[in-house]
Amino acid sequence: MRAVRLSVATAAATAAALAAVTGCTEKSEAAGGDRVVEVTATDSECKVSKKEFPAGHVQLDVTNKGSKVTEVYLLFPDDRIVSERENIGPGTRQKVTAEVKAGDYRIACKPGMKGKGIRQDVKATGGGEAAKRDPRLDAAVASYREYTQEQADGTLPRVKVFADAVKAGDVAAAKKAYAPSRIGWERTEPVAESFGDIDPKVDLREDGLEEGQDLEKDWTGWHRLERSLWKDGKLTDRDSALADQLVEDLTDWQNRVGKAEITPTSMANGAKELLDEVATGKVTGEEERYSHTDLVDFKANVEGAEKSYALLKPVASENDAALTKELDTQFAALDTLLDKYREDKGKGGDGSEDSYEFTSYDKVGKAERKELSDAVNALAEPLSKLAAAVVATK
Amino acid sequence: MTDTPSERTEQAEHAGQAEHAEQGAGAVGAPSRRSVLGWGGAGLALGAAAAGGAVAVARSDDDPQPAAAGAGAAVAFHGAHQAGIATPVQDRLHFAAFDVRTDDRAVFVQLLKDWTEAARRLTAGQAVGEGAYGGPVEAPPDDTGEALGLKPSRLTLTIGFGPSLFEKFDLADRRPEALIDLPKFAGDNLDRDRSGGDLCVQACADDPQVAVHAIRNLARIGFGKVVIRWSQLGFGKTSSTTPDAQTPRNLMGFKDGTRNIAGTETDRLKKFVWVGETDTDDDSAWMTGGSYLVARRIRMNIETWDRTSLQEQEDVFGRDKGEGAPVGRAKERDEPFLKAMKPDAHVRLAHPDTNAGATLLRRGYSFTDGTDGLGRLDAGLFFLAYQRDVRKGFVPVQRSLAADSLNEYIQHVGSAVFAIPPGVRDADDWWGRALFSEEA
Repeated sequence: MRAVRLSVATAAATAAALAAVTGCTEKSEAAGGDRVVEVTATDSECKVSKKEFPAGHVQLDVTNKGSKVTEVYLLFPDDRIVSERENIGPGTRQKVTAEVKAGDYRIACKPGMKGKGIRQDVKATGGGEAAKRDPRLDAAVASYREYTQEQADGTLPRVKVFADAVKAGDVAAAKKAYAPSRIGWERTEPVAESFGDIDPKVDLREDGLEEGQDLEKDWTGWHRLERSLWKDGKLTDRDSALADQLVEDLTDWQNRVGKAEITPTSMANGAKELLDEVATGKVTGEEERYSHTDLVDFKANVEGAEKSYALLKPVASENDAALTKELDTQFAALDTLLDKYREDKGKGGDGSEDSYEFTSYDKVGKAERKELSDAVNALAEPLSKLAAAVVATK
Repeated sequence: MTDTPSERTEQAEHAGQAEHAEQGAGAVGAPSRRSVLGWGGAGLALGAAAAGGAVAVARSDDDPQPAAAGAGAAVAFHGAHQAGIATPVQDRLHFAAFDVRTDDRAVFVQLLKDWTEAARRLTAGQAVGEGAYGGPVEAPPDDTGEALGLKPSRLTLTIGFGPSLFEKFDLADRRPEALIDLPKFAGDNLDRDRSGGDLCVQACADDPQVAVHAIRNLARIGFGKVVIRWSQLGFGKTSSTTPDAQTPRNLMGFKDGTRNIAGTETDRLKKFVWVGETDTDDDSAWMTGGSYLVARRIRMNIETWDRTSLQEQEDVFGRDKGEGAPVGRAKERDEPFLKAMKPDAHVRLAHPDTNAGATLLRRGYSFTDGTDGLGRLDAGLFFLAYQRDVRKGFVPVQRSLAADSLNEYIQHVGSAVFAIPPGVRDADDWWGRALFSEEA
């Protein structure tokens, strides 16, 4: 039971209910530890239970005892917002959480949600970095950073093979090189997307063009070339230019991927986002509408999610063993199902990327697509709980 | 973001009290319960409702909820029979059929327990799990949240087990004989994707969002164990189990179901709806107190119907359109004189007197699901009928309806049959316990 409902539960005049309330309150305090700051907001005050706390995953437990709706902010000294919560009604409780490094901060309450607010200076103590994070999580982030770099490094040569075939006007060779050139990107897509500007240049779909954008002039990247290859069946000078552009944009990605902001939470959420990609783009056959190589992307998305999960699992399994058991089961089930469509399964032997020969998605029937979709749902639902299991304070 | 404790939560407190009151009344089926809890509970409910909250009324074994408790109230989840059958028919429906995707019996049993707990909360107007907000910000909330601030809206959740479920989990011996695979009827044009299912959940409520919220959250809890096979929304009730209320009309504009079994007719419920001890053997004893549900998606060719003369429309049904009176009678509830009707009139062919007494408790809803791509509404009746034995209920009636002149305007396009287990008795009980527990 959550604190937010406790005030209501208190109204129930049964001993059992009261016992439950007490139990829960104690539990939440015990679970919170040093990094939980009780914030009591009134119409004229903003009281905090402590002014110093260790850097790391901080939680503000806000109680609005005033008569006005309030907002609570955690601010940097220069008023940039670290984290905030709006619309905290009179008599209610809310939580504000943030990952903070050591340094000075302010907590601000804004009764009536107006003005600069009533402020309290606070301090996050500890080393220079976000302190006291489980070293295994730091190791997970480091490993994942390596992985994203490896994927980018491995992608570039494949993209060059693809680009060279396009420039040579060799439609058959370009078609063959198309899907393999995307695997590394698809595995780490959430990180690539975090740069904002690269994804629209390389992975935009036809339906992603905005109003006023021209199909011929403004559309670049893999899917534009996919259309030339499979729909138009011929390659033009424009396609050669697009191929060069693709190599250039992906080189940009390769150079920047090492500097991406990666946290344990972003890894866990990234895994879930990869499954979202599968659910909205691949299962429907929208992503590769001309080449029908959706299952290659599908597999790569799942592998990327599985990588993040494997790195976070040691911590997640301690916090929520039932969750990791379910995730193990559902990852295995989805992999097994995908193998049914892997035409070279057992032939390539070494599992190398070059042997990613999957059934063309236009040959996958309605009932089979539903089966794939069901397996994606079965995995994505528990996967959405991974982030919380990783940051849970014990 | 909700900034005050939600109304739903407050109501849930009352619901909890009512539930405790019911448990406190002693053994289920004690003769004093009706007087103590049925109408006494209603008085309490009305008092509390007047004080600003809607309330769950303790549900006695055979009586439905007094309708007077109002549209916002909670219907008690616990009882000898599942709610949503004899309960006064709510305005809206969301019905879902599921297929089981796990072969692990323990996993499936845990799902039934989790669903029961969620249903207990949902019907009381509470959010599922730890709620829709206020939890860890890194995690998606347990509840999807669209019912926050809405009243319990007399939500009932009714579970059923389809014939195909009994092919799983070594349940073959426990399949009741009465749970037959429906035969093919004349005129059937069934879509596989809208038929069958290992499980069903019927969600009825006076607010459509409350019904949809319930199905959505149960489906979410079920991911990885069950998948939705098909689902159906019903926007308006076509039947009533409260005879003093006006009989609703179907999309053809007629009152159909005037003679439906009322929720207060204990004797007829016992005779035609509830599975009795004498109906079961050792293997199917788990069904005692349950019922059987036939669900049929009946597409209506409403455009051609609307071009039909009033005379023909009235002849087809065997009632007049305005009052709903049977042919040759003055009032809706006058005893029908079947021989005065055309031999192929709907009322005549469906009437118990034509079918050796076969009587169904009907609980259908009208639907429109967009268009059929040919400039016509995909509209009709989602027919739901509860009965003690399908072989003595829906089957003879539907066979008799092979000659129905209404068939020119309708087509059955979806079909399913489910065993509806008895009610969840108390806080320790769960949907299907008697079927899945070895000792039962």
